[in-house]
Amino acid sequence: MLDPYKIREDFPILKRKINNHPLIYFDNAATSQKPKQVIEAIKNFYENHNANVHRAVHTLSQEASELYEKAHEEVANFINANGMEEIVFVRGTTEAINMVAYAWGLRSLKKDDEIIVSLMEHHSNIVPWELLSKINGFNLKYVSVNEDGTLNYEDLEEKISSKTKIVCVSHVSNFDGVVNDVKRVAKVAHEHGALALVDGAQSVPHLPVNVKDSDVDFLAFSGHKMLGPTGIGVLFSKQEILEKMEPFQGGGEMIREVSFNQMTQRCSITWNELPWKFEAGTPNIGGGIGLMEAVKYLKKIGMENVKAHECALTEYAMRRMREYNKVKIYGPKDASIKCGIIPFTVDGLSSHDIALFLDNYGIMIRSGFHCAQPLHEIFKLKSSARASFYIYNIREEIDQFIEVLKEIEQI
Amino acid sequence: MVTIEDYIARIEETCGEEKDFIVIFKYDKKEEAVAKILKKAKIEKSISAIIFELTFKDVSFRLYGTGKAIFRNLKDKSELQNVLTDLLL
Repeated sequence: MLDPYKIREDFPILKRKINNHPLIYFDNAATSQKPKQVIEAIKNFYENHNANVHRAVHTLSQEASELYEKAHEEVANFINANGMEEIVFVRGTTEAINMVAYAWGLRSLKKDDEIIVSLMEHHSNIVPWELLSKINGFNLKYVSVNEDGTLNYEDLEEKISSKTKIVCVSHVSNFDGVVNDVKRVAKVAHEHGALALVDGAQSVPHLPVNVKDSDVDFLAFSGHKMLGPTGIGVLFSKQEILEKMEPFQGGGEMIREVSFNQMTQRCSITWNELPWKFEAGTPNIGGGIGLMEAVKYLKKIGMENVKAHECALTEYAMRRMREYNKVKIYGPKDASIKCGIIPFTVDGLSSHDIALFLDNYGIMIRSGFHCAQPLHEIFKLKSSARASFYIYNIREEIDQFIEVLKEIEQI
Repeated sequence: MVTIEDYIARIEETCGEEKDFIVIFKYDKKEEAVAKILKKAKIEKSISAIIFELTFKDVSFRLYGTGKAIFRNLKDKSELQNVLTDLLL
């Protein structure tokens, strides 16, 4: 079992007071707080090992390269990938999906092709595909969601065809925390000769993810939502797919050789080995090392424990929130089929009013569309308030949140 | 010359269909800003003397003692700036 009280001691920010109240951080779906182990690892890198990675013979560069490569291996192990060749470090989930769109999609998708995207996606798994379709002219089909916010698998099976080249879905919805069966999605995609891309931004930090078991072709996720620093994220893909893909960006680090041919008066270029072929320029070395420490921290706790803790908090919070008539919760009623995200509204108040009111008491939640406007349109919501939990949240914080909700109800 | 920028740290247009504006007052000026606003606007409701429902020239808004305010149903940012000018200067 996970001990959130012990875990809290590792998070310096949780000692802060906001507006004279102890900080209660319920905006974890947007970004997580950082334990001192991650902060120290980054500090230690810059204080003791900082150098550019690869292609230098000096000691510091060797140390930095070793740490950076180890970070890839640690992440590969965390999601059960075959090795660091399958782990590309990027800025975050958004860049990872854009990498697939432009490095794979730009060359692979043709005018009569189709791709499938779900309506529960974060904008980062919609906009790159809409943008690309304007260049390549392929068709996008959107899979609907059921009334309780779960993915409509029947609609997916109806819409998929031999024209479909890729199916793009979230593992966990960033609106209501619904967990999708990505193994089933990948199986359906593969049966039709399509690839499966999974947005793991809200799943990798919160539950066990196993890319071999799910058999997904691409998995994108962000470091900052899983205790790591901002500006570092991951694109996982199977080695055979990455080998066939052309690079996303060109520059240093991603090439093996750039040779000027006197005859053709052009440069001939060969790519570096995986994963560096997709990491052009000086990478975010400190970020990668911070992410490695975050992964180690989560592994030590155990992802099953993380999931169980958040599920228990979500169940408790939803039960307490239902005590109030003016509070409406969206998404599945059963906490066991979702992660720790609760979208809600309070009659007569905008989501921003709710967030500002809670802020007054040191409680941080998010308000607005949460980059999931299509889903809000389906639920006929102008916006929503969203509370989201993580390993350091405790029941007492939920009790305090409920006390303030009681006051909000009286406005 | 004093301007509203002397009082305001940031104005955020909210994400959502409502298009509200959140005004965040500068930390060292928030008490002065709150006092000025409370003097000019009409208090419709007060909650624990830290949250105020206010109206001013047909504009309704909510002011927080923490130095934030949420303005609703305004046409655009320039209308907001006009209201803030009248309230603060």
